[in-house]
Amino acid sequence: MTEVRKTLKLTVRNLNLHYGSKHALQDITLDIRDHWVTALIGPSGCGKSTFLRTLNRMNDLIEGVRISGEVKVDGNDIYADGVDTVTLRKRVGMIFQKSNPFPKSIYENVAYGPRIHGLKDKAALNELVEKSLRQAALWEEVKDELQKSALALSGGQQQRLCIARALAVDPEVLLMDEPASALDPLATAKIEELIYGLKERYTIAIVTHNMQQAARVSGDTAFFYMGRLVEFDATEKIFTSPKEKRTEDYVTGRFG
Amino acid sequence: MKPSKLWMGRLVTGGSAACAFAAVAAVAWIVTTIVWGGRHQISWAFLTQAPTEGMTQGGIFPAIVGTFLLVVIMSVVGVPVGTITAIYLSEYVSRDSKLAQIIRFAVNTLAGIPAIVFGLFGLGFFVNFTGKGMDLLFSPKGTLVWAQPNILWASLTMALLTLPVVIVSVEEAIKTVPRDLREASLALGATRWQTIWRVVLPGSVGGILTGAILAVSRGAGEVAPILFTGAAYFLPQLPHHLTSQFMELGYHVFIMATQSTDVEKTRGIQYATTFVLLALTFTLNFSAIALRAQLRRRRAAV
Repeated sequence: MTEVRKTLKLTVRNLNLHYGSKHALQDITLDIRDHWVTALIGPSGCGKSTFLRTLNRMNDLIEGVRISGEVKVDGNDIYADGVDTVTLRKRVGMIFQKSNPFPKSIYENVAYGPRIHGLKDKAALNELVEKSLRQAALWEEVKDELQKSALALSGGQQQRLCIARALAVDPEVLLMDEPASALDPLATAKIEELIYGLKERYTIAIVTHNMQQAARVSGDTAFFYMGRLVEFDATEKIFTSPKEKRTEDYVTGRFG
Repeated sequence: MKPSKLWMGRLVTGGSAACAFAAVAAVAWIVTTIVWGGRHQISWAFLTQAPTEGMTQGGIFPAIVGTFLLVVIMSVVGVPVGTITAIYLSEYVSRDSKLAQIIRFAVNTLAGIPAIVFGLFGLGFFVNFTGKGMDLLFSPKGTLVWAQPNILWASLTMALLTLPVVIVSVEEAIKTVPRDLREASLALGATRWQTIWRVVLPGSVGGILTGAILAVSRGAGEVAPILFTGAAYFLPQLPHHLTSQFMELGYHVFIMATQSTDVEKTRGIQYATTFVLLALTFTLNFSAIALRAQLRRRRAAV
């Protein structure tokens, strides 16, 4: 790796995750750079989504999951004793595969995070809602119907709303779990454009099944296979001259 | 096919149809008899006046008020307790833990206890134990204030009886709140409680309402739990305090049919009272069903 590394936002060392008797993540070591997009690719069931969910401790919610190793955000171990998952998840936001807006108005969806973190001032909330919707490139489409139910939006709009909702709590890292897999090509293009713009301000880790998408949006790419990290390098290298045979087979579509 | 097999098939089809028809026939017969028997008695005056002439004339207004108050106090206590229990069971303890199993076993057992046992329990626990204790602490020496059957103890006994209905109904509703939405909330840095309060409960309002309605309908229809805990044969005035006794529709039917001064003369009143009781529980049941159907449709639409 010739390129000089920028600041590291997340560092993962020897991460192991067991789910019941299954060893779902095996000895993962990986760095995620600040203000950078890191793509996680690999066939279904390879552990990439599970890995993503360890970064904001969403796997804590699943019974029977045991985790060992180290995950650090800005140098602080998030699995250390006494770490507050509420604060962690405020800093490390998440966008899910299936858009999951609350059955509330567009406004209330975006205001949800700030409200639970104690923001009550109406003017400040209005401003934050607008800012977040603008950042998520949704403002122009919904500014006249903020009180409309979020469920009335199209799939692509719902996903951008979820992004706006995540941005409203002012996170530093955004974890995206196949955010465009359920969308049509046009909506997907919009989300990708959005991700490209967001990396100016946020650190992004994105799980994707779509090779072109990984190639288009990311700076680094990690290839997972059967719970192991097979190869991790600059995206360009992974797609043009991977070191591992399995990586090459996967990115060229020979399996997966 | 052998003729014997053919006949067997016909016999089963016919037999099952007859059994199914029996249920329909029973409902039709009950409703018809009651409406027919009470047809001369039912009137606005009957619903709004107190009984007169040793309860051989007049209306059932106090019993309607008593029933109403009973189910209101019961709901005010039972619905929150049941809802909180359901939340605890579905959100705080793991499904297969010993604790959850014990609570669930207790709830199921509670649901299977005969109503009369609740009545005796209410008398023993609320009237004689809690009430006596409260009198020792708060009432002037030697006076009985709380250690007597009253509408509060009757309502609490009834709340206990209907608790399983509320718990099961709310738990079902909580289960239908998608996991996605909980995760969305938690991923935004919400605490478990914030997620319950702002996402899970709003999504379960229908179930809570259904549970409340079913509990009320069950409570309005039971007599045994209030026999010893608060229901009165006849009262000249309406209940005005938690320590008041009260008249109640189901109990009124019972005493009019068994202990009235003139059972024959009051046939019409008995039928009409039963009719009011039935109308009340049917209406409540149907609104619960309608509410649930509507919620299902809305969920399917999302």
